[in-house]
Amino acid sequence: MDKHYKIVCNLILGAALVTTGMGSALAQDKVKVGLMLPYTGTFAALGNNITNGFKQYVEENGGKLAGREVHYVVVDDESNPARATEIARRLVTRDKVDVLIGSVHSGVALAAARVAANTKTLMIVPNAGANEITGAQCSPYVFRSSFSAWQPSYAMGEALAKRGVKNVVTLAWKYSFGTESVEGFTEGFTKGGGKIVKDMSLPFPNVEFQPFLTEIAALKPDAVFVFFAGAGAAKFVSDYAAAGLKGSIPLYGPGFLSEDVAAMGGAGEGLQTTLHYADGLNTERDNAFRTAYAAAYKAQPDVYAVQGYDAAQMYHAGLKAANGDPAKLDAVIDGIRAATIDSPRGSFTLSKAHNPVQDIYLREVKDGKNAVVEVVSAGLEDPARGCSM
Amino acid sequence: MDFASFLIQVLNSLQYGLLLFLVASGLTLVFGIMGIINLAHGSFYMIGAYLAFVLTSATGSLVLAIALGIPLALIFGALLEWALFSHLYKRDHLEQVLLTYGLILIFEQLRSLLVGDDVHGVAIPAFLDASIQLTEVMSYPVYRLAISVVCIVLAVALYYVIQRTRLGMMIRAGNDDRSMVEALGININMIYRVVFALGVALAALAGMLAAPISSVFPNMGSHVLIISFVIVVIGGIGSVWGALVAALIVGFADTFGKVLLPEISGMIVYLVMAVVLLWRPEGILKKG
Repeated sequence: MDKHYKIVCNLILGAALVTTGMGSALAQDKVKVGLMLPYTGTFAALGNNITNGFKQYVEENGGKLAGREVHYVVVDDESNPARATEIARRLVTRDKVDVLIGSVHSGVALAAARVAANTKTLMIVPNAGANEITGAQCSPYVFRSSFSAWQPSYAMGEALAKRGVKNVVTLAWKYSFGTESVEGFTEGFTKGGGKIVKDMSLPFPNVEFQPFLTEIAALKPDAVFVFFAGAGAAKFVSDYAAAGLKGSIPLYGPGFLSEDVAAMGGAGEGLQTTLHYADGLNTERDNAFRTAYAAAYKAQPDVYAVQGYDAAQMYHAGLKAANGDPAKLDAVIDGIRAATIDSPRGSFTLSKAHNPVQDIYLREVKDGKNAVVEVVSAGLEDPARGCSM
Repeated sequence: MDFASFLIQVLNSLQYGLLLFLVASGLTLVFGIMGIINLAHGSFYMIGAYLAFVLTSATGSLVLAIALGIPLALIFGALLEWALFSHLYKRDHLEQVLLTYGLILIFEQLRSLLVGDDVHGVAIPAFLDASIQLTEVMSYPVYRLAISVVCIVLAVALYYVIQRTRLGMMIRAGNDDRSMVEALGININMIYRVVFALGVALAALAGMLAAPISSVFPNMGSHVLIISFVIVVIGGIGSVWGALVAALIVGFADTFGKVLLPEISGMIVYLVMAVVLLWRPEGILKKG
């Protein structure tokens, strides 16, 4: 009797648990993805391409990740670091997103990553390259699907030293990303025996380059390494060619330099840059990705679309490891850590600090495309300085 | 720095200073003479650059694009003055700031909707697409020198119009005492409309001329807005010559600052402004 009573009780309890469990499974049949990206301002195109890439992967999986429908909460962060904390907090506390995807601007991403770490919310950074994100400010909850500023620049430094280049002048915008790029380059280049003749910088986003071009012409180094991006990069490359330096002193930089080749006229042709993605990789994976993207969005994908796509892949890997339950955060995190991401750029894993361990390509601008030349650094891992994870 | 480099840097300074003058000249008119704080000045520059891009793509020639763009900018400026700015002359500066700040947002959004957010390049006209060899490695683009020539011509023309013509006299008089000019039977509203349209056209022209060397990109107007105000303030509000002198000072300070004092190159222009204003609180040349 007593025993039977106990069994019945257990059965009822069990049934209750199962139904409530099912109930919650039904309620949480969706997973909430917070997209915190720039949709206006200078970086609007980047935000849109990341979003497109992310959604493309989800669509390829029938609109679901690990069996759960994906529900998006989309916020324009305007690339404004001053509002980043507030926006991130709202996504986490009010909208209760399961994962935060953001952002392009490093200042925004750093502020949002702080919120993610404090509230124990999973975050995947689909672009912002500040070393700190997976360095001094690293967190178990924060991953990155893109790269660190250090990676492409270090690879370029190594490659130039290997080619026997001796004297280099560096020039960059004086803000964290520019400084980190030059530091990465200097580290790789001097390790290989090269010498930095002069390290020059100008305030962001100043684009009056003429005084520096004059200085470069006077110093006559073997090569010049610069960090510029967006419109500034297009202007620098054009000015460099117009000053007659293109023919005599080769110019190098991380891939952002050759992003807007179309805006440079012919001045970009032949420019060599390093990045974790390139045109014409011609792998089965990349071709499939590019065809599908072009069909869906009537535009060619770029590195940002790849980073968005891979952010979705990373989250998918984590969800699968947690049997589709976003609430099992530890399992999700372990899943991403252990995953090998089959990216269009070539597969990569994640470092202890949660940054991609990936191949860096040397690319050369040919007919307006950043065509791949070779892998200059295979499986390059960011040193994650200051990260104690 | 050897002597050849020094000379090239002087050339850089002059060329940059003249370009800055071109950008700031429209603001000198609107802010200096009409007394309107026009934060949308940078947007007119942006609109000019995008006009150059769109019209050059359509017509295949930057010269033609400028020839079409200037009348368009004049009409646009006159319409804007009629619809919005004419209501603001008697209001205080805060309301002018609010309106013109709103215009920045509207123009940027329109630009995004109409042309998109990509960076574009504008081709230099073929007959100016050459370089002059200065040293064995360094050459100087002819187009930059051509812009400098245009800037000098404009500076002289502006000075002439304001100082030596009847229109200029009426403009200056309107600036000194609006109601007295009205009482004398001069249509001050029409004069202000002309001046404002001219200011817009100058900013747009600066954008069109700068488009091939600066490329065309979102928010490009915000880059020139502050430096334009700096130049107008250093030069003395309302003075065309003052703006020219100030633009050249800024050009030299910026160029040599970048080379000689790289650590503080970001603030050197503002240091110069502070020193000038301590020395002459009204600017270098007040009303001239």
